[in-house]
Amino acid sequence: MVVKKDKTELGDRLVHELQEFREVIIAKYPKKVAKKRAKSIVVNNPDNPPEIQANVRTIPGIITQRGCTYAGCKGVVLGPTRDIVNITHGPIGCGFYSWLTRRNQTLPIDENDSNFITYCFSTDMQDSNIVFGGEEKLKQAIREAYELFRPHTIAIFSTCPVGLIGDDVHRVAKHMMEEIGGGINIFGFSCEGYRGVSQSAGHHIANNGLFKNLIGRDDSVNGSLEYRVNLLGEYNIGGDAFELERIFEKCGINLIATFSGNSTIKKFENAHTADLNMVMCHRSINYVAEMMETAFGIPWIKVQPIGARSTIKMLRRVAQYFGSKKLIDRVEKIITEEMIEVDKACKDARKFTVGKLAMLFVGGSRAHHYQDLFEELGMVTIAAGYEFGHRDDYEGRRVIPNIKIDADSRNIEEIVVTKDSTRYKPRKTEKELNELKVNGLELGEYDGMMKQMGKGTLVIDDLSHYEMDKLIEKYHPDVFCAGIKEKFCVQKMGIPLKQLHNYDSGGPYAGFKGAINFYQDIAMLVNTSIWKELKAPWEGDAFIEATFVC
Amino acid sequence: MYSSYHENSFSIKETRGTCNACKQCSPLGACVVFLGIENTLPMLHGSQGCATYIRRYLISHFREPVDIASSNFSEETTIFGGEKNFNTSLDNIIIQYHPKIIAVASTCLSETIGEDIKRFIYEYKNLHKKNKKLPEIIFTSTPSYKGTHYSGFHEAVYSVVESLANEGGNCDNHINLFSNFISPEDIRHLKEIVADFGIRAMIFPDYSDTLDGALWDTYQRIPPGGTSINDLKNSALASSSIELGYVLNLDVNSSRLKTNFLSQSAGEYLKTKFGINLYRIGLPVGIRETDIFFQLLSSISLAKSVPEKYEKQRGRLIDLYIDGHKYVFGKRVIIYGEEDLVVSLASFVVEVGMKPLLCVTGGESGKFKNILQCVLSNSFSNEIIIKQGATFEQMENIIINSEIQPDLMIGNSKGYYIARKLKIPLIRVGFPIHDRIGAYHNKLLCYEGTISLFEQIVNALLEKKQHNSSMGYKYM
Repeated sequence: MVVKKDKTELGDRLVHELQEFREVIIAKYPKKVAKKRAKSIVVNNPDNPPEIQANVRTIPGIITQRGCTYAGCKGVVLGPTRDIVNITHGPIGCGFYSWLTRRNQTLPIDENDSNFITYCFSTDMQDSNIVFGGEEKLKQAIREAYELFRPHTIAIFSTCPVGLIGDDVHRVAKHMMEEIGGGINIFGFSCEGYRGVSQSAGHHIANNGLFKNLIGRDDSVNGSLEYRVNLLGEYNIGGDAFELERIFEKCGINLIATFSGNSTIKKFENAHTADLNMVMCHRSINYVAEMMETAFGIPWIKVQPIGARSTIKMLRRVAQYFGSKKLIDRVEKIITEEMIEVDKACKDARKFTVGKLAMLFVGGSRAHHYQDLFEELGMVTIAAGYEFGHRDDYEGRRVIPNIKIDADSRNIEEIVVTKDSTRYKPRKTEKELNELKVNGLELGEYDGMMKQMGKGTLVIDDLSHYEMDKLIEKYHPDVFCAGIKEKFCVQKMGIPLKQLHNYDSGGPYAGFKGAINFYQDIAMLVNTSIWKELKAPWEGDAFIEATFVC
Repeated sequence: MYSSYHENSFSIKETRGTCNACKQCSPLGACVVFLGIENTLPMLHGSQGCATYIRRYLISHFREPVDIASSNFSEETTIFGGEKNFNTSLDNIIIQYHPKIIAVASTCLSETIGEDIKRFIYEYKNLHKKNKKLPEIIFTSTPSYKGTHYSGFHEAVYSVVESLANEGGNCDNHINLFSNFISPEDIRHLKEIVADFGIRAMIFPDYSDTLDGALWDTYQRIPPGGTSINDLKNSALASSSIELGYVLNLDVNSSRLKTNFLSQSAGEYLKTKFGINLYRIGLPVGIRETDIFFQLLSSISLAKSVPEKYEKQRGRLIDLYIDGHKYVFGKRVIIYGEEDLVVSLASFVVEVGMKPLLCVTGGESGKFKNILQCVLSNSFSNEIIIKQGATFEQMENIIINSEIQPDLMIGNSKGYYIARKLKIPLIRVGFPIHDRIGAYHNKLLCYEGTISLFEQIVNALLEKKQHNSSMGYKYM
């Protein structure tokens, strides 16, 4: 029953078993639920990815991994920026629970640099605010936050009751901008928790806000004119951004802005002066990349600097894009330098990891990115899925035109972006773009997770608790990757869980140094002996009898 | 005697926005209570984010699986009402989990649109009348904009007892012990104590196994343990009830709109409805408060005496106080957290000769000051700055603008940043503790718990002294 022996030889047997397993899970559900879940559990074929149902409402009563729209907007996208005061308009819970819980790191450059991410601002709405409206309280909260910190930017995030009682956060923002004056920038987000299917809706709302209120406000061109890039969808969990910044600097690549790990508002406002956008987490930030391409003519490429080989691929693609011999040589030199240590660490870790099984159910891109690292460790990913991904994250962007728009997507504002009349500037000519394409550099493309996963592996969207239990019961993976909500259930079943939301207080895992950290952590995890101690000696068959020592 | 008591002259600017709150929302507290009932699955009627946030928060403190279902409101549900989602959710929970109880708490979303959850339950039960195995469905109203996680906790204690307790059966000699928001380790300790007194007690809520379990041979959909449903039903037949804590859910009544609805604690309810004696004492921390608790147990018990084991523990604690006195005497302490916790800690702090110069709570019952004054009695001084409904930001301002110059902080993880700025030790007590492991094993109550707390405090002070010493003494 348990696939344990000879995990290296994952032949047709496993493919067949997984297919059967899918049928078994689905058969156990009540008819209506089974019909719905069947579309979200598919057996993969990398050559022709099957259609998967994603980004649809979770069935009530089925315990999900997903969060809410507010979490995606406030917690994920705008949370990591250090010099913006984020005020949660609502009862205290939402603000409190998103208070520094994602382990985003930031590094103020000096004592005068602001850092507000350690603070939790909320309007702490009470009964009377629900009845008589909370706008006055919100205004007062903004005044107080301004008096306290004198920030240049304040954002307001709406929670469920705000939408219901009809507080207009956008009008309050405008009003307070005039009242305080002095060029302060205040804007609101209608990111009420009930709005979308998951946090993904919040990402979209946040993206719109970034574009409308921040990007393009400052035209000054700072720093070197060469190789100017932005990194999108990197949130500096466990110091990932610091490692990537180190690599870019070493290569002479000029990082204008990161959305939004270790970021500042100033950098956002200036981001449109870059010549290339690199999209890391496709799900949470592809909207910004597209809007910047339309408005300013900045092309984007998908990168996944998780894993040493993937980091190399990213650097080479950036060098290829700029096409300068100087950069290409520099990048190659750095790669050779960095890989000495990486190769050694990888070799050491592989002694413990080759042939082991992994499962990943996390995020909107992490379940894909981390497969690169497992490949480097010689481990096999037999099942994976996203918490809040869309079809394009699984099947690739080619399916976007075919994605059905439902009511839950329709209520998110689509902003119309047009060519900026003065600042639109194509970075490459048609001819150059064609040349890049011929040489294998696809701009604005993402192939999705399924292309990379093996034939016959399981892809499951919005994994439910029940399905997780069954997966583990049957396949006993050597490591299961998810978040804190799943961690202790999985470990109770005797399987180590690696948290890929907050890295179990570890990290960084991005770039070269990050890959080394990950190799070591996984080698430790799959090799730990504690799981052998689950049964006390007197519970097992082989009872070691004490011998009398004289 | 205390008529001379007057407002401390130090005041802070009253703010309307909140920066770094010292409280969480009420559904969180209710979920903790629900997790302390046998075979129960909590459910939140509202947006799925509430369940997710509360789960991840409880999990980061208890480091155990926590399953909380949600009715997953969408925009449509928000406009047309959540009854359909409510029913689907119950259906799916029953099919997957087969619980004996589904405990529902409301959220700000469902309360704002005015969902009549009691009616939903009534109609759901009617619809499934023929199903003999239908689980009991309990409801607690916890609008997040009212009260705190602490009052949500006690509101849930009340509504569980109110829904389950019934007469019918013979009055026997057991008691109800409403043990407050304490650690799983302390629940186990209380169980041991009452058993040693020979008292049969229902301790509620009992999440000592559900939120601090061992590894499982086979996966358990709902972890074993919790206060038994039978015991809860029989709570109306008890000889008496003990409530630990003075404030409980009082702050739901304070200066709010719904003044026509006077909430009761579980003990008060049993007293008014079934005439069961109610003893309300503080959380037993330190000698004085624990003595009161033990005297009470002894008077309830048949033997009318305190087991020798505890006399010895008491003796060891006093001995320890004497040993440690030279290190703690006169030390200036800041205490923060839930109201009853702060009161009990302050009582302990003055008894060992330290000064609780700043006592802060996020709760808003309005009774904090008076209760603190009563409990501290002779040791109360006007030096003590007391703030209720306060935030960490206000607390920090008071510290900066006053002459407190603290040596030590006692409270949860959220105050760490202040301790870090002040370069003083923080003793982690209460909820949430997510920057240390073992919060669920924190023993705080009674003589043994106080021994552990006192040792932590002395050792933290010694460590700081040693660390700062240029000589690096090994002999302190």
